[in-house]
Amino acid sequence: MGRYIVRRLLWVVFVLLITTLITFLIFFVLPATDPATNLAGRQPTKELVAEVRHQFGLDKPLVVQIGLFYKRVFMGDEYGWPGLGFSFVTRSALRPIIIQRLAVTMQLALGAAVMWLLLGIPIGILSALRPKSIFDRLAMGFALIGVSAPVFFLGPLFLYIFWYKLRWAPGSGYYSIGQFGIGTWASHFLMPWIVLALLYAAFYARMTRANLIETMGQDYIRTARAKGLSERRVVFKHGLRGSLTPVVTMFGLDLGGLLGGAIITESVFNLPGIGQYALKSVYAWDLYAILDVTLIAGFFITFANLVVDIVYAFLDPRVRYS
Amino acid sequence: MPEPLLEVRDLKVHFPTEDGLVKAVDGVSFTLQPGETLGVVGESGSGKSVTFLTVMGLVTADQAVIEGEVLFRGQDLLKLPKDEMRNIRGSKISMIFQDPMTSLHPFYKVGYQIAEAIRTHKDVSKREAHDQAVEMLRKVGIPKPEERANQYPHEFSGGMRQRAMIGMALSLNPDMLVADEPTTALDVTVQAQILDLIDRLKDEFNASVVVITHDLGVVAEHCDDIQVMYAGKVVEFGDRRDIYYGPHHPYTWGLLGSISRLDSTSKERLQPIKGLPPSLIFVPPGCAFHPRCPYTFDRCRTEVPQLLPVDGHHASACHLSLADKERILHEQVMVRR
Repeated sequence: MGRYIVRRLLWVVFVLLITTLITFLIFFVLPATDPATNLAGRQPTKELVAEVRHQFGLDKPLVVQIGLFYKRVFMGDEYGWPGLGFSFVTRSALRPIIIQRLAVTMQLALGAAVMWLLLGIPIGILSALRPKSIFDRLAMGFALIGVSAPVFFLGPLFLYIFWYKLRWAPGSGYYSIGQFGIGTWASHFLMPWIVLALLYAAFYARMTRANLIETMGQDYIRTARAKGLSERRVVFKHGLRGSLTPVVTMFGLDLGGLLGGAIITESVFNLPGIGQYALKSVYAWDLYAILDVTLIAGFFITFANLVVDIVYAFLDPRVRYS
Repeated sequence: MPEPLLEVRDLKVHFPTEDGLVKAVDGVSFTLQPGETLGVVGESGSGKSVTFLTVMGLVTADQAVIEGEVLFRGQDLLKLPKDEMRNIRGSKISMIFQDPMTSLHPFYKVGYQIAEAIRTHKDVSKREAHDQAVEMLRKVGIPKPEERANQYPHEFSGGMRQRAMIGMALSLNPDMLVADEPTTALDVTVQAQILDLIDRLKDEFNASVVVITHDLGVVAEHCDDIQVMYAGKVVEFGDRRDIYYGPHHPYTWGLLGSISRLDSTSKERLQPIKGLPPSLIFVPPGCAFHPRCPYTFDRCRTEVPQLLPVDGHHASACHLSLADKERILHEQVMVRR
């Protein structure tokens, strides 16, 4: 197992190298626009643009640029470790910006994750235990809506109904706990959490339902009943235990993906997370910010993949990694 | 005559489905004496498994229309409330199933699964239950039971898994063990071992055993009485000698004729029974076997034959007269042996 983990970690590094390289090609090598020109102030002179290019390190050969980037990430730079460089837009260190934005995204992702687990899985279980009942049909109907309605539709819709019309929810924006207290913080996160969670909850309800129905048809469930176990024990210790493994896997991957930034949700609700920052950076040609965000998102996704695979081996004793 | 351990009276189990009412069990009556081994033989769809799943309470009134009586030590199990039935299931009547690979939970250790059965019915500590589980593994002939108890089912071979299942079923010293096709999924060499094990344990645990199978060869050595089922009904019942040396039903003749024998000298091909098992929704009128029976006549198409005694407790459900049956038996069936 140890060797397997080491191998996978090396793979993580490799994947990140490739992803950042491709991003580099897309944003540094291909485009016709020159970020220096955009960011050198209004109607800059040729000398000024050249000076800015030099400041940004854009006059160096491309190979050197990407090489320096990797060196920075691994070894750290003057701002700390990992070395994330500086923003072309603010001319300040990227590291604190990214850390701050990551924190906001984490709050969004984790809050939504708790919600969708608490909502989706019990609904899935109840539906599976009473297939084709009214509850089941309603639940799966809700699931269909949740899966179909995109965040950029639900988000503004919720804002319109619950904030603008009914005045139940506060508006968009991020209010940190430290400055504004838990009440304000939570109330501003409530709608983004719900909107984000609805989609995933629907998915998880459907998946839990399908897995549990399939598991409950297995022979070992019949054996459990033949042993005289209580129905509750049969469902939870035997049925659920067998059917939740793929759900756990999905959860790891979903969370990993979300930590890379929930771009649309953050934009709709004006939450300064890393997803929104990715968008801003692309518009502003803040090249190293783009590279950094790609690196971070890629890291979370590939690392989540690794964690999920390891957890799977713990859940299912038939799986063994040599 | 001591009181029978199990007495089933006119049991009917009908499943309502979208396509119609599936009459899986349609009027089955039999008794099981303490200490005896009953073989229940029939094709897939004959109702043999559903009969005993219903006895166990694994088929319930939620799923099917159930009529008749199932008297276990004089108590009608069909009328018992669910939690009382649960007390009996696993501790007084146990069942093992066909495929041991899928019948054990893949995520829990074997020792744990046995201990779980024990702790459901007996108030013992986890440690105590685990020790008893190890002891059961030893009794069913699994070497190094302490190690094996901490392993998962996929680390066991097929035969060992079935042994473990048997151990689990007997762990609470039940009065009755139902083995539903216990050897079908196993190699032939392992089959014999498992059946011998069941015999041995039956004596040690003083239990009655029901072996459900489609294979007459399996029951030959191990069963005292044999019950032949077809389309949800019992068509013949008798002891070993009756069924093998004096069968009185065309279906049984067909089953016996389709067994291959080591001592057969002729180069005859195996004789399968013509036709296919009937639909349990649209059961043929009269005798359900009549479309496939080589000896069918008018009465067979209209009147359902009752299970009538032939001799002693040997009974068969066929309209052929006793004389005709004896004749056919000697001329056609025994000749082939």
